[in-house]
Amino acid sequence: MSDTDARLDLHGASDHAPGDEPTSGHEIAEGLLGYIVGLFLAALITAVAFFISGTSLVWQPSIPVALLVLAVAQMGVHLVFFLHITTGPDNYNNVLALAFGVLIVGLIIVGSMWIMTNMNHNMIPMNMMHM
Amino acid sequence: MSIAARTTGIGLGGEGAAGAPSVPHEFSEIVQKRVIVGYGFWIFLLSDIIMFSAFFATYAVLVNETAGGPSGRDLFHLNIVAFETAFLLLSSFTCGVASIGARARRDGMYYGAMAVTALFGAGFLFLEVHEFVGMIAIGAGPQRSAFLSAFFTLVGCHGLHVTLGLMWLLTMMAQVFAKGYRHDILRRILCFALFWHTLDIIWVAIFTVVYLLGMAV
Repeated sequence: MSDTDARLDLHGASDHAPGDEPTSGHEIAEGLLGYIVGLFLAALITAVAFFISGTSLVWQPSIPVALLVLAVAQMGVHLVFFLHITTGPDNYNNVLALAFGVLIVGLIIVGSMWIMTNMNHNMIPMNMMHM
Repeated sequence: MSIAARTTGIGLGGEGAAGAPSVPHEFSEIVQKRVIVGYGFWIFLLSDIIMFSAFFATYAVLVNETAGGPSGRDLFHLNIVAFETAFLLLSSFTCGVASIGARARRDGMYYGAMAVTALFGAGFLFLEVHEFVGMIAIGAGPQRSAFLSAFFTLVGCHGLHVTLGLMWLLTMMAQVFAKGYRHDILRRILCFALFWHTLDIIWVAIFTVVYLLGMAV
């Protein structure tokens, strides 16, 4: 094995794999810093989410919305800092696949809830069925 | 060019050679293979996420159908969920450290971080099984109500993924031990890391939608 072969340099690629860092792959401190920033942000968002779920400091009906926004934010942090999905030109394929996945997930969840709420709404109430 | 033609081009190493003339041909092929394997596994993970979205939709539709039985508010303990969340988040971090260690071929960093990841994953599973057993013991098993069926399906499916991931993790430690940091082994480690990080993303959705919203609403 030659010396260049010993380590995997990711600079030469025209694309890069999801999960690989966009920067040079073998700078340990540099790679570690990304994960530490990600851990810090994710822990912060999680702590805020757990805090506001039980607090009476904010207007109660805003809590579910705030929790969902925090969850989406945390998923974004995980995608960027842990899975290294970026907006760089070497990441088009990964982002496009993700966008398609998000579209299908949205259709399934929103569509199911929409249809089932309508069906519940239009159903004859149980106590009226025997009249 | 279509994506299919593009990836085929990468697979043959044609585009890589054109895009990076300074890199030796054989070497660029190794990098391109890593990109293709990672991309393929990313597609699989997205399809897994779509499967989970169906379970989430089922849960959201059935969450109030408790059939006179206990609701999430009566059953969930947020302090257990907080520990589960912390374990999984820390394991995601140490999994990242392990993938850096594998790429840098540092034995101590790789094996140490993988072992810590396994411990956190096992701790998560222990807490989850403990929670499930406690619920079944008080008669709140999956057959009690539609809400509980949906709950056990969604959270149990995630737990099953963590179990499989844990087995995969130990396999990757053994493979590096037996075969060293070969390129095919490094590709498997890349896929394992993607899998483990994705499980944490799904857990974010679970602790928000199931536990926090279940307690708040």
